[in-house]
Amino acid sequence: MSESDRPTAESRRGFVNWLLGTSAGAFAVSAFYPVVRFIVPPAEAESATSSVTLPFTPAEIGANEGKQFRFGNRPGLLVRTPTGELRAFSAECTHLSCTVQYRTDESRIWCACHNGFFDLNGRNVQGPPPRPLDTYDVNVRGDQIVVSLKA
Amino acid sequence: MENNESRLSAIWNWLDQRIGLAPAVSLARKKEVPVHKHSIWYYMGGMTLFLYVVQIATGILLLIYYRPSADEAYESVQFLMTDVKFGWLVRSIHHWAANLMILMAFIHLFSVLFMKAYRPPRELTWFSGVILLALALAFGFTGYLLPWNELAYFATRVGTEILGVFPLVGDFALKIARGGTDVTGATLTRFYGVHVAILPAIGFAFLGLHLLLVQKLGMSVPPSIENSGSPKRAMKFVPNFFLRDAIGWLVAVALLATLAAFLPAHLGVKADPFAPAPAGIKPEWYFMFMFHQLKLLPAHILGIEGELVGIMAFALGGVFLFLIPFLDRNAAKGKPSPLFTWIGIAILVYIVVMTYLGFTADPMG
Repeated sequence: MSESDRPTAESRRGFVNWLLGTSAGAFAVSAFYPVVRFIVPPAEAESATSSVTLPFTPAEIGANEGKQFRFGNRPGLLVRTPTGELRAFSAECTHLSCTVQYRTDESRIWCACHNGFFDLNGRNVQGPPPRPLDTYDVNVRGDQIVVSLKA
Repeated sequence: MENNESRLSAIWNWLDQRIGLAPAVSLARKKEVPVHKHSIWYYMGGMTLFLYVVQIATGILLLIYYRPSADEAYESVQFLMTDVKFGWLVRSIHHWAANLMILMAFIHLFSVLFMKAYRPPRELTWFSGVILLALALAFGFTGYLLPWNELAYFATRVGTEILGVFPLVGDFALKIARGGTDVTGATLTRFYGVHVAILPAIGFAFLGLHLLLVQKLGMSVPPSIENSGSPKRAMKFVPNFFLRDAIGWLVAVALLATLAAFLPAHLGVKADPFAPAPAGIKPEWYFMFMFHQLKLLPAHILGIEGELVGIMAFALGGVFLFLIPFLDRNAAKGKPSPLFTWIGIAILVYIVVMTYLGFTADPMG
């Protein structure tokens, strides 16, 4: 073995430092990975609700009136227009997802959080909401109101 | 009497030999505070700190009765307010001291801004201070939800929804903040953990750094005083300044007790995720200027959603505020920098006007 082939003290030190550094790095990653995964919430089951029967009858909602209902785990809003037609919407405002309500005095749908207004077709007509409300199909079967996702 | 004194000095010597009290004493003796016409503003940081201590004390007491779950949180606060002796007092002081602490932090920030105390070598003091203000706002935001009432529920829904507006990372950040896609009991436990453990831990680290820097660098003297060459007077910190501090803190305690007695913290109606948002929904006053600004923005600005534009503008504003020590080159060189004084005044006027408009706006549109 010639003199130049022998590992110098410096390269040995460099190697040990490299080993120490990568070990410390690997240790940090192995310690923090579970923490990061712990903070990310587990995936929720996608809401399978495609239709709900409302807990009130068509007779219980008068013209120019709105009623909140649950569509699976989401809030919904049923409106009977001044002309007597039933319409159902997702009650989640498209702006910052507050729950909207029907304003009898305005005959429009209103979000109290940032004063957004939607017309009776769910169109965003005033204020900050950027998109129309999602709409559902409404079917009246005798005494029951059935609200379902748009086909 | 003599016996007592010698016993005390014996204890002192015993401790001094083991942990070395002498350097701390000489540091306290040496510490001075400059005296000039703007000296009053030196009390604002200490007042903020005092209110933070009040928050820790009352917060620990609240922990004894509070239950962090969607089914029990509201009821446990109701129990605290009605059945627990002085429960109303502890919660009301926690409520009022939180508001006053944030108010003092804002006053402290603006006084530091106008006195240009962020110029070298105090840039890190400014950075840690802005971070502490952000932490204080996070304390306020997470604490607001804990009683699980209607107002807090919707304020949290709107506040966290804002995270979702950010491009690319928005959805992920929203899910992390809420512990799912919606504001639920999972959000409540998350906010609870952040409010009582994570924020205090981070807060202590930055508070320690902030206070250490203040000790190391001493109080900044405003350029106008420094350049006028007026006689440099100073006051001993111990006991002169400290006793003045203490008077302020006593006044604060009296004020807190008065506010708690005459304007106790409300609880309101329990949160119902399926009920519509109530009219007159509003966030805490220190978020009002942003909340109201978002209300005023149109749905779209130059084809981008209005809320995204607004929120990005506020985010950039925060970055700008943070970086002021690097941006204000004139102040760094010891020259007058009227531009940054005017920027400070503009920010202050904007916040005050927007807050006023927010509180006087007609809630029914």
